[in-house]
Amino acid sequence: MKSSLIKSTVIFLGLFFLYFPILVLIFYSFNENKRVMVWKGFSLRWYNELFNNEQIIEAFIISIKIAALSATFATILGVMIGYSLVRIRKIPFKSFYIFLSSTPLVLPELILGLSMLLFFISLNNVIGFPSSRGQLTIFISHVTFCIAFVAIIIQARLTDFNKNIEEAAMDLGYNYTKVLYKITLPIILPSIIAGWLLAFTISLDDLVVASFTTGPGANTLPIVVFSKVRLGLSPEVNALSAILMFALIIIGLFYFYFNKKFKH
Amino acid sequence: MKNKLFEKYFVFSPYFWLVLFFFIPLAIIFKISISVSEWGMPPYQDIFLFDNGFKINTTFENYVYIFTDYYYIGSFVNSLILALISTFFCLLIGFPLAFYIATSNIRLRNILLVLVVVPFWSSFLLRVYAWKIILQNNGILNVILLNLGITSEPLQLLYNQYAVIMGIVYTYLPLMILPLYGYLNKFDLNLIEASKDLGLNRIKTFFKVILPLSVPGIVAGSLLVFIPVVGEFIIPEMLGGSDRLYYGKILWEEFFVNRNWPGASALAFSGIIILVLPIVIFQILYSRWSQKNEI
Repeated sequence: MKSSLIKSTVIFLGLFFLYFPILVLIFYSFNENKRVMVWKGFSLRWYNELFNNEQIIEAFIISIKIAALSATFATILGVMIGYSLVRIRKIPFKSFYIFLSSTPLVLPELILGLSMLLFFISLNNVIGFPSSRGQLTIFISHVTFCIAFVAIIIQARLTDFNKNIEEAAMDLGYNYTKVLYKITLPIILPSIIAGWLLAFTISLDDLVVASFTTGPGANTLPIVVFSKVRLGLSPEVNALSAILMFALIIIGLFYFYFNKKFKH
Repeated sequence: MKNKLFEKYFVFSPYFWLVLFFFIPLAIIFKISISVSEWGMPPYQDIFLFDNGFKINTTFENYVYIFTDYYYIGSFVNSLILALISTFFCLLIGFPLAFYIATSNIRLRNILLVLVVVPFWSSFLLRVYAWKIILQNNGILNVILLNLGITSEPLQLLYNQYAVIMGIVYTYLPLMILPLYGYLNKFDLNLIEASKDLGLNRIKTFFKVILPLSVPGIVAGSLLVFIPVVGEFIIPEMLGGSDRLYYGKILWEEFFVNRNWPGASALAFSGIIILVLPIVIFQILYSRWSQKNEI
């Protein structure tokens, strides 16, 4: 009796801690007052201003575009890595391969961002491309660090499922490519979708790497939001937060759905 | 033979991408970190000089400069301490949560797990921003403290190191809970019963049975929190004040404000060597070892 009381209390307090700030943010987004902290009354005013704020809308579109593209590329390359690490025996310099595909997971974003920026500048000095930084350079950087997240999901999924199915299909006359497209890929499809969703969210959310690799005409949403709230509060950002958090949490739920499906 | 071609395609496409866009950039950081700095654009000299015959023009001065100046070392130490404290609090809050989730019945367990991780999916920047609202002078926390009579005037909760720790523990907590849960979930609850039957009390059971078995999860979770926190830039920038400087901020300013590229690169590369390399080597050795033992 006593221990189950402790248990419920711990879980309740934990969840309260996790959700309280999000609820506060949503609550204040309905505040009529321009001064965020002084409650004046319920209003949708800031949602209205948000949708009329061209800077934010433009940044949002750029962010979605970069996120969708880099998630797609990162998923293709990440699936290849996951597959290689589990199913292909002969990988030249395998330790180096593992190093390349796992280090972006632990490398602080700041170091990654700096290295990408210096790389693009050096590349420009050598071959004259990219002459200026912008959406393309953010895209390349995001693909690079999202690959690792997709690879780890695919790797886990492939290690989980029985290789015998693939071997049985081969015995029945399927060739290598056919096994891959007809057996392996359909089985890991939920994980591929989960990987894409994760990469999409990471790219959409990234501020640090994008700040380093951005250029004219490539202000992503986090960059715009950060410039608005770095020194103070912004009622428009409150409204944006409420919408974005809701959308992202739904993406998160989809991620769980796909990542767990067919697992047991 | 088609297989071989196929395998090559699968292995080498990402290989090529990562060498080009990940390894070479890291190598460039190293190159610039040993270059001689000068005024100009780019603000460093080439490491290979060809004017009077071939000469290699490198220096370790940038490293000496960083490691002898208290400004840099102090900030790095500040970041390490911050990461240590934050990791400790994440563990303190995360462990009981992970433990109780893992010991719930299976339906409740999945719901709780999703509930714990879902906030992690919402924007990182906005979750930090939420704390900025909560900790304002006329924010909700101060209102509660005033109404309870704990303080008579609003406390300055924002723009100091405690606000930074608060923000970090909040945003990184799910990264601690997930690996902990992963290990606790695997373990046999009967062990706890058994140890109770054998006469160990609660505290002893915890220290002799539960804790030793969850060490791998504790290590994994702590690393996932500790390393990124050392390089954290956004949270100290949003919630911190001028009372403490951290590694991320110093690196950012060295590059963007002081325009000292070699210095910033030396800072970044030192960070890689001190923080990241030991863990990556450990991971590679571990995965090789576990592969060998499987076969």
